[in-house]
Amino acid sequence: MANKYLQIIETAYRATVEEQDDTCVWFNHAMKGGGADVTVLLRANAVSYALAKQDASGLSFGKKQQTQPPRVGDDVAALVKKGVPVFYVEEDLAERGIDKNALHEGLQPVSRGGLAKLFAGYDRIWHW
Amino acid sequence: MAKKILTLLLMDAPYESSRTTTAFRLIDIATKRGHDVKVFAYEGAVALTFAKQAPHGNAVHGRDVAQEDHPNPKDWVAALMEQATSSGGKLEWTNCGLCVDERGVGEAIPGVGRGSPVDAWKAAEASDNSLLIPTR
Repeated sequence: MANKYLQIIETAYRATVEEQDDTCVWFNHAMKGGGADVTVLLRANAVSYALAKQDASGLSFGKKQQTQPPRVGDDVAALVKKGVPVFYVEEDLAERGIDKNALHEGLQPVSRGGLAKLFAGYDRIWHW
Repeated sequence: MAKKILTLLLMDAPYESSRTTTAFRLIDIATKRGHDVKVFAYEGAVALTFAKQAPHGNAVHGRDVAQEDHPNPKDWVAALMEQATSSGGKLEWTNCGLCVDERGVGEAIPGVGRGSPVDAWKAAEASDNSLLIPTR
């Protein structure tokens, strides 16, 4: 039986403009596409990825314009649509003043106190 | 001790972080003991095996290229592969193909493969355990 993977994403917006996505989120799309059983947990600054209204468009250097800016929030929401459970640490969200109503639909809160119980449900935990 | 299979996922580019040295230490001890190690290099880590890395002299040290004897990461990876084989195990190194293309570092040392995150997942599935060492 395949292992269950919990992917903790902590570092946010690392080279997302250059990549036009978040490489950790992208990696999990690829794993899910290959048939892996993955769950994502957003913590620390990465809870910002849960926000629905993000706009990184408009960048240009010289005459070279970026036409496909990163849409990391949408990429996270797409994971949910593919059947990947996506959790976020609710205290990390509150500390950053982010309103739960501003998040994409389908994301699930987990408290810091509930993390150990969450972790216990997985065979492999990768901390990005 | 029974042979184990370990998968490591690395992300840091060469010459940027001591995490790379730590990863090499882990691979070193595992291969020295005859265990099999599978490495999936992601993002900047794909340059660790770039064949065109070149050593340099160091004027601050007052040493020329030969005297400085600076091991490039590709040489350490090759040495680890050799050690694995001589110890009865193997070191399989796979670079993320898209990451390689982005960086133009397709010329890797012999023995290095090209793959996708699915290959990383399959390697982890075939292993006794896995460890991700991400960029921070």
